[in-house]
Amino acid sequence: MGADSSSAKSAKSDAAPASGDLLRKSAADLAGLIASGEVSAVEVTTAHLDRIAKVDEKVHAFLHVDADGALAAARAVDADRAAGRPLGPLAGVPLALKDVFTTRGVPTTCGSKILEGWLPPYDATVTRKLREAGVVVLGKTNMDEFAMGSSTENSAYGPTRNPWDLERIPGGSGGGSAASLAAFEAALAIGTDTGGSIRQPGAVTGTVGVKPTYGGVSRFGLVAFSSSLDQGGPCARSVLDAALLHEVIAGHDPLDSTSINEPVPAVVDAARRGAAEGVRGLRIGVVKQFGGEGYAPGVLQRFREAVDVLAGLGAEIVEIDAPSFDYALPAYYLIAPSECSSNLARFDAMRYGLRIGDDGTHSAEEVTALTREAGFGPEVKRRIMLGTYALSSGYYDAYYGQAQKVRTLIIRDFEAAYTKADVLVAPTTPTTAFKIGERADDPMAMYLADLCTIPSNLAGHPAMSVPCGLAPEDGLPVGFQILAPALKDDRMYHVGAALEAALLDRWGHPILEEVPAL
Amino acid sequence: MTDDLLDFDEALQRYDPVMGLEVHVELGTDTKMFCSCPTVFGAEPNTQVCPTCLGLPGALPVVNGVAVEGAIRIGLALNCEIAEWCRFARKNYFYPDMPKNFQTSQYDEPIAYNGYLDVEVEGQSFRVAIERAHMEEDTGKSTHVGGADGRIHGADYSLVDYNRAGIPLIEIVTKPIEVPGHLAPVVARAYVSELRDLIRALGVSEARMERGQMRCDVNLSLKPKGVAKLGTRSETKNVNSLRSVERAARFEIQRHAAVLSSGGSIVQETRHFHEHDGSTTSGRRKEEAEDYRYFPEPDLVPVAPSRELVEKLGTTLPEMPSVRRRRLVAEWGLSETDMQSVINAGALDLIIATTDLGAPADQARKWWTGELARAANERGTELGDLPVTPAQVARIVELTAAGELTDKLARQVVEGVLAGEGEPDEVVAARGLKVVSDDTALLVAIDEAIAANAAVAEKIRGGNHAAAGVLIGAVMKATRGQADAARVRQLVIERLS
Amino acid sequence: MPSITREEVAHLARLSRLELSDAELDHFAGQLDAIVGAVARVSELPTADVPPTSHALPLTNVYRPDVVRPAGTPVLDRAEVLAQAPAAEDNRFRVPRILGEE
Ligand SMILES: [Mg+2]
Ligand SMILES: [Zn+2]
Repeated sequence: MGADSSSAKSAKSDAAPASGDLLRKSAADLAGLIASGEVSAVEVTTAHLDRIAKVDEKVHAFLHVDADGALAAARAVDADRAAGRPLGPLAGVPLALKDVFTTRGVPTTCGSKILEGWLPPYDATVTRKLREAGVVVLGKTNMDEFAMGSSTENSAYGPTRNPWDLERIPGGSGGGSAASLAAFEAALAIGTDTGGSIRQPGAVTGTVGVKPTYGGVSRFGLVAFSSSLDQGGPCARSVLDAALLHEVIAGHDPLDSTSINEPVPAVVDAARRGAAEGVRGLRIGVVKQFGGEGYAPGVLQRFREAVDVLAGLGAEIVEIDAPSFDYALPAYYLIAPSECSSNLARFDAMRYGLRIGDDGTHSAEEVTALTREAGFGPEVKRRIMLGTYALSSGYYDAYYGQAQKVRTLIIRDFEAAYTKADVLVAPTTPTTAFKIGERADDPMAMYLADLCTIPSNLAGHPAMSVPCGLAPEDGLPVGFQILAPALKDDRMYHVGAALEAALLDRWGHPILEEVPAL
Repeated sequence: MTDDLLDFDEALQRYDPVMGLEVHVELGTDTKMFCSCPTVFGAEPNTQVCPTCLGLPGALPVVNGVAVEGAIRIGLALNCEIAEWCRFARKNYFYPDMPKNFQTSQYDEPIAYNGYLDVEVEGQSFRVAIERAHMEEDTGKSTHVGGADGRIHGADYSLVDYNRAGIPLIEIVTKPIEVPGHLAPVVARAYVSELRDLIRALGVSEARMERGQMRCDVNLSLKPKGVAKLGTRSETKNVNSLRSVERAARFEIQRHAAVLSSGGSIVQETRHFHEHDGSTTSGRRKEEAEDYRYFPEPDLVPVAPSRELVEKLGTTLPEMPSVRRRRLVAEWGLSETDMQSVINAGALDLIIATTDLGAPADQARKWWTGELARAANERGTELGDLPVTPAQVARIVELTAAGELTDKLARQVVEGVLAGEGEPDEVVAARGLKVVSDDTALLVAIDEAIAANAAVAEKIRGGNHAAAGVLIGAVMKATRGQADAARVRQLVIERLS
Repeated sequence: MPSITREEVAHLARLSRLELSDAELDHFAGQLDAIVGAVARVSELPTADVPPTSHALPLTNVYRPDVVRPAGTPVLDRAEVLAQAPAAEDNRFRVPRILGEE
């Protein structure tokens, strides 16, 4: 956000934060207030539940609000505090959980009709870690069906709206989680990022979204879209809050074979050091392939300004050429649909979920086909068929096999880049939030929203999006993406926190203070 | 519908059979292949399940390390090469008893490949080449309800139990087997039998075919004599006893021959084997070729057994069954035929276990292939399922050798053990079966017998020892059979000399 | 590159167990054709000597001990699981008749 746009926006902004307003506090501050007893977890939770009741009709960030569960969790935190038991660093902080993580006894739909009413009989590892840390799960957030989409318009339960402009998309697939933060309905949120589904919603809602290194956060209980790409991660309104949440949910899980069995990078420390010390001496690589045609001018402008800010803090800026990145999008749209066509085969109407046509006249095979026809939306069907095609005998080598080779080339380009730079940077998305319905029936146009985020997923590397201002032309948030090598999540937090601190200095207030009143 | 069959010998005058055998073995691990659910046979339905083996949304697999070691040991025992690096793959197809609608298996990177197994038939040795052995998982089990005969045809619905879903399977695939045609069915049987013995010797599975722990698919094609090109094959699924393997191969040879010789052609299809008459019938003919869309399982990381591990596992291999058989034939002084009947009776391991506990081999063999084999036969069970252990048999042999039991008494002890009356010593005590070895007690009975049979006694005194039988019979009766008849005879003659 | 015909979509739908309507077949044929045309760009890169990557991180040999339900294993309640099934009977999942097998 440049000085030029901020004044224009602030006129629309009524709900300037009263300092005592619990809804506007950072997660770190809320946890501190709860731990010191200045405010109870129940008060904090109630304030957020009230906010949801007031504004979610307009935003539709939530598919299910678990008020009873949330209050019970909050009471347990207050009881622990009263009894002098130690509290976790985020105990009592209200969080919005993407509806793709299983929650025992609490509806989990993945935004799909095929799972309407399903009450999972088990908790995801992320869900369990949140509960054990005393984080208060307010409910489950809206998403593109099975995380396939970039706008949350593919939810079977209707779209989520961007709090910056209710006619616009909040990004996707994790639009519900990002919007819940921008609408001050939750202090923290969890998303999943297969091709950008945490970072892209973060960018278009002016929030922070982090995709950890693949294997950093357990996928057990995360309903799979594309197993080799899916990664859960934190969403927050600040880099430090994201880091705190990151440390709660990350770590080795013996129930996930792809989980990294190494200590979690010290991301909270890195965020604190980044904010305090800046980025002097760090080499920051600007990827040549991200920019140019198809990018909104305001996005490129704010991105360049942010690079200048980092240079001003003493970073060395280098240009990076990664030619294979131009092929990341097509490779992704072969790999992800292929894996999804297999992952979603289990939705067959036999053991859980929807069943259509079981009237005694149809065979199991027919009931499966009728149920999937009725239960899946068009984007899911498209990707299942695309993946089925790419894996078919005769086509495998040309499509899936070739995409996996491109994946190797992308990893090699990253390796080469990291000999010249410590982190890479790029715009998170080519444009700001588009209008709901604008790309609804043009899948290829929709897919472009993930152009800059996909390479990290293919390589398994960590990446985050940090707000870097509002685009002059439409006054909507722009995301700045920071990419780091595998297992170096801390490096990206360091740079993200440094940039955030410098921009905050410039602006004088957090960008989200400019969100219009709901 | 019944198929036309050509006479077996006639078929083989015109065609040469080519077989391929695919055997699935359930490993006897405590937990499943990809989750920690137990694998107890016969448990209550759906009690040995978890999110992973039920295919619940979000669940993930983790490989059972002991199952991988079992697969490597099987591969080594089959003289296979062990992959330095291989992956699991998803085999995609829909079926209600397969919870994820893909089977986690291996595709072009099996853990073991290029091996062989030698089998002996009619004194001749045949080398069956092994294409591969790979790891995969079992499916659940459906029970069909409402159909006229309990089969799926006409069934109204099915009930599914997923306890078996995810149990580790090793699939062992042969290369094409070409042997003299008339021997093909017996070679098939001998291969499965040899493989079963090997699996048991390795201790990786009980390999009980009647429990489905070992299942065989018989692929068969015929080619006209003198023609090199392979014919179209049929795949007969789930042939689940040694005898059935032989019968299925024989039936398919005759069926193929009838079709081909009448100018017809064989359809590539799966066939079902019928135990009651040894026939096969056509399974569903697929309208479209099966396309399993295999791809590397992204949820599992590659398996890369170190050469040190493979070498270490190689040192754990037991003596191979064929080698052991040859050794025992020599040690026990048996003929090949005797040994074959021991094996056919399923008595080999039991006899070995009994001799390991100190019983002489001939005694152990006598019990297991005689009295006990008869008892198993009467009860219609496998020898190994009789409620008697090698330790109990060894104890009975020991008591007999010590003169505390006669053969006749020993049989009564066995009867008591089989009837659940306890350990041999308990049966002896409870039934009062001790040999009366006290000469004083015997002499009292002998004197009574002499007094009651004065005329007979006179004959014996006169040198007619054959007449002693009457007195011995009287003594045995008086001691309720617990005397040693030979000793009684000796005492009678001494008394009357 | 081959174009995706309506028949091909029908075949893909059968393989993926989707009972598509006629309108969907037409609609998807056009869309899939466009998408396949676009993603076929992956063949533009020379990859003759490039190995494929199936897993983002180079982990190998991740195994579980052969121990029944160690601590931390989610243990299911059968009644809770069957209550989520579309139909259950006799502690089993009840499914419509299965075609094609004996
Ligand atoms: Mg198999
Ligand atoms: Zn299980």
